[in-house]
Amino acid sequence: MSILINKDTKVITQGITGKTGQFHTEKCQEYANGKACFVAGVNPKKAGESIFDIPIYASVQEAKKETGATVSVIYVPPAGAADAIWEAVEAELDLVICITEGIPVRDMLMVRNKMKARVAKGAKKTLLLGPNCPGLITPEEIKIGIMPGHIHKKGRIGVVSRSGTLTYESVAQLTEIGLGQSSAVGIGGDPINGLKHIDVMKLFNDDPETDAVIMIGEIGGPDEAEAAYWCKKHMKKPVVGFIAGVTAPAGKRMGHAGALISGGADTAEAKLAIMEECGFKVTRNPSEMGRLLKSLL
Amino acid sequence: MKIHEYQGKELLRRYGVVVPRGIFCQSVDDAVKAAETLGGKVWVVKAQIHAGGRGKGGGVKVAKSLDEVRQYAGQILGMQLVTHQTGPEGQKVRRLLIEEGADIRKEYYVAALTDRASQKVVVMASSEGGMDIEEVAHSTPEKILKVFVDPLIGLTDNQARELAVGIGIPDDSVPQAIILFKGLYSCYMETDASLAEINPLILEGSVDGKPGTIKALDAKFNFDDNALYRQPEIFAFRDLDEEDPNEIEASKFGLAYISLDGNIGCLVNGAGLAMATMDTIKLFGGEPANFLDVGGGASTEKVTEAFKIMLKNSNVKGILVNIFGGIMKCDTIANGVIAAVKETHLNVPLVVRMKGTNEQLGKQLLKDSGLPIISADTMAEAATKIVAAVQ
Repeated sequence: MSILINKDTKVITQGITGKTGQFHTEKCQEYANGKACFVAGVNPKKAGESIFDIPIYASVQEAKKETGATVSVIYVPPAGAADAIWEAVEAELDLVICITEGIPVRDMLMVRNKMKARVAKGAKKTLLLGPNCPGLITPEEIKIGIMPGHIHKKGRIGVVSRSGTLTYESVAQLTEIGLGQSSAVGIGGDPINGLKHIDVMKLFNDDPETDAVIMIGEIGGPDEAEAAYWCKKHMKKPVVGFIAGVTAPAGKRMGHAGALISGGADTAEAKLAIMEECGFKVTRNPSEMGRLLKSLL
Repeated sequence: MKIHEYQGKELLRRYGVVVPRGIFCQSVDDAVKAAETLGGKVWVVKAQIHAGGRGKGGGVKVAKSLDEVRQYAGQILGMQLVTHQTGPEGQKVRRLLIEEGADIRKEYYVAALTDRASQKVVVMASSEGGMDIEEVAHSTPEKILKVFVDPLIGLTDNQARELAVGIGIPDDSVPQAIILFKGLYSCYMETDASLAEINPLILEGSVDGKPGTIKALDAKFNFDDNALYRQPEIFAFRDLDEEDPNEIEASKFGLAYISLDGNIGCLVNGAGLAMATMDTIKLFGGEPANFLDVGGGASTEKVTEAFKIMLKNSNVKGILVNIFGGIMKCDTIANGVIAAVKETHLNVPLVVRMKGTNEQLGKQLLKDSGLPIISADTMAEAATKIVAAVQ
């Protein structure tokens, strides 16, 4: 088993005809069960055509109706990406994965509040992963996103991270010492996003085929601390934690009022201390994430 | 992106926020003319730089005559203004704002920003204006009031009233404060700001029995870089003099670069891995000279430019390249590194750590180049080697 996606997941690609969409769709198709998983693309101007043998539909709604897909991945450029997310939400998909980097924060703020208002009115809840994320992978079954497939190996370790290349770094360390992954999830580096560390930790906790988790964070925002406090009470599995940015100059990336609102706990040191207090095995050496995890098994 | 106070006030004025009358100028003569144009007996001469804490650093002076305006403008223009946000070298003052004096009876604080946890806009206000708000939050957090605004609804009259009454604005001035807070919120949203702060917000003395005026005496804005493409007016406010020339140069090539104080330059793909690389250098006894994320698709040209930018920093005594090849192939990076070393005539130690797609091919290329490039397998090994090499 795994979290969120598996070899039977059917995926719609929004922005399939763009350069990035084409490039990664081909790679995703080539990975494991990809040929069977990537069943539809969306582009209103090219409906009826196909690309890599994947039929293109005019809308997400139509693509879902014709193929039974429940998940979409978005490569639409920043200016239209929030609208693409909303289209997938209105089509009532289970999960939307937004890869796009550079979406205006206000657009994300609007679409996230629209999503919450919709659920409050009783509509079906659509999960959002990202934006500005590498996507997620269940090794040797399905890869949805831009991560290099070949570094992964099927197994029982969960990985969750805000950073793309740092996710790959930890995955490669695990694979090298013979530990495979149940799923590896990139939640993305944007301030306003969908699934957070805490949400993914809950999923890993409930997944009978995940034995332990590597949780990677970085400076800024309260998410890692929130997840750590939840884990202290509920997490049944060992967790290795790393936070990037011990050496990052605070003022450079965070306006002082931004740091204020999250209560001053958003430096790397503060987060590491909270994670440690909550029972994580933390390391300040990112080369040690894999080995540290192995020592906990 | 940040803007100057006088630009921020121009924006606020458009949204119905009352600000003092003021004139922006760049010379001493113009400063005196500005004071004459404004009239009155008291003027404030304010240095315009992007950092806060200008008053404490001597960048804000109250002039009680035109001679004093001339004197203060002469002192401030061209000075290296040092504040807690500029670093010890300070920032050169090139622009001034000359404003009419204000009859300050009480100082408050108000700001709008986006709260990540609740995914709402927070408008927060305090009775403790004119002070460092972080200090207020630390010592008397109960004096900061917050309302969480649903962006689908906007700041309501009730929320604005709650803030105004809560921070002790006199009853007869509350209606003005409501208009001001709502103006600040609209301005924040419509300009794609990431921070809009008025500190201090002031209450002026009442004249002829009318309620005292609520005015924005300062204005600080940050904007969302992702949205600048649709905010041409805001983008036109950009002042390149206030930015690090190396960071500007880097952004032209799609590189994210930030100067730091150490002596080991680092070139990495991905922001998280770049920070982790800096942390590892520090962990093994070194100090990073910069943050540099080359992004997803680094070409030979991009890598060469990255080397040039790092080497402009004369403190750099060694370079660490750390690449996790995903989309980016290690052999492509290796070719970029080789070309960059040759073009820049690199004469400091270079450690390269490559992992991922086409790793072996990349390593072989570096080896065959005959260049004195030190290879490493892990981040820890790479850091150890570069720290040893620069000592």
